[in-house]
Amino acid sequence: MSLPSFFGGFRVTLRQVLEPRVTRQYPKEKQPKPPRLHGRHVLSRYEDGMEKCIGCELCAAVCPADCIYVRGKDNPPESPVSPGERYGFVYEINYLRCIHCDLCVEACPTEAITESKMFEFSFTSRADAIYTREELLVDDDGRPQKLPWEDWREGDDEHTSGWMRATAPAGSAAYEGQVQWSGELGYGVRTPEGGQSGRRDDSRTGNISIRAVEATKIPRRAGGKVI
Amino acid sequence: MGLDDLNHNFLTGTLEELVKWARRSSVWPATFGLACCAIEMMAAGAADFDLARFGMEVFRASPRQADLMVVAGRVSQKMAPVLRQVYDQMMEPKWVISMGVCASTGGMFNNYAIVQGVDQIVPVDVYAPGCPPGPQTLIHAILTLHEKIRTGAITRRRSDGTGAGIQISEEVPGWVQPRPRPVHVGTPR
Repeated sequence: MSLPSFFGGFRVTLRQVLEPRVTRQYPKEKQPKPPRLHGRHVLSRYEDGMEKCIGCELCAAVCPADCIYVRGKDNPPESPVSPGERYGFVYEINYLRCIHCDLCVEACPTEAITESKMFEFSFTSRADAIYTREELLVDDDGRPQKLPWEDWREGDDEHTSGWMRATAPAGSAAYEGQVQWSGELGYGVRTPEGGQSGRRDDSRTGNISIRAVEATKIPRRAGGKVI
Repeated sequence: MGLDDLNHNFLTGTLEELVKWARRSSVWPATFGLACCAIEMMAAGAADFDLARFGMEVFRASPRQADLMVVAGRVSQKMAPVLRQVYDQMMEPKWVISMGVCASTGGMFNNYAIVQGVDQIVPVDVYAPGCPPGPQTLIHAILTLHEKIRTGAITRRRSDGTGAGIQISEEVPGWVQPRPRPVHVGTPR
């Protein structure tokens, strides 16, 4: 075999040597995520610390995978858990059934259940996958509880449930960009997501364009950058 | 296995660590994509997430050469005996990752056609939630499995029956099912 034909076989390989690297070293760094990603749920609270869930079971009714189990109970009059009459005193989500469709987030009348951006978790038994109310509820700072088998990183709990804030309430486009939700403990009133109309504030909603995410993967001859 | 007869001393302890390190550094998965989760499994094996970093880029077509079965997708009743046969053909030691909610519990397909959890057929080590789990979730499950190999006994034999401690036949009134101890893993940075 002649030498030119030998290296000719490596032509594609050698050309790719100079191209940008695309591998994301997952355990070291996480891929940036869009703000509307559906991850693990959190049960949020009002800014005064009261729980938002009123135990209406609408989320359980709408869930297509039947992964939510809620039971409401009358608030104790001397120390109410939530403003109003009732609160959810049992709240369980089976993460081995949840398909993260966010229909529960849409159905919730008080924005009690929202989704964070943490999606890196795994279980060694089926029983671990059933999250109870104590695990789903945010702590006293309003931050989600970081359980040992979950991989939380910086920013996973920042801009949660952007989809809800883009379409709520009732999914009507006429309400786009209008705040129709209450404040949350630790975060205050969240900024509305920009929809397709162009009115958006990406710096406050954490929105990133897919082109910015994928910029390092564009080939050099198409204008990509080598990192 | 031959290591059963050895007493536990410094030499065999070190050897045990070495065996575990070798096992978890080259977990070869069997090709068992069943549904849309297999797309994410392929994505995890491709350049973006690159399972070769964990020594497991070779998805073996033969179960005899595989250590790990990633059940990626919903298991229909018709597929269940095939899955069990592939599992039986794999050599010990072998592990199973149930990838996605359909494989783990049937997910949203709560009907007569889908097996409600692959742990009714094969013992499952790690469950990856999500519909489908992203490549990072799958890698997290793989790292959990690595941790399970690292902390487990190397001469373990599988007990017969179902995985995940789920007992189907032994229903005793008043008997509290012991909850399996979870493996708590911090993901290595």
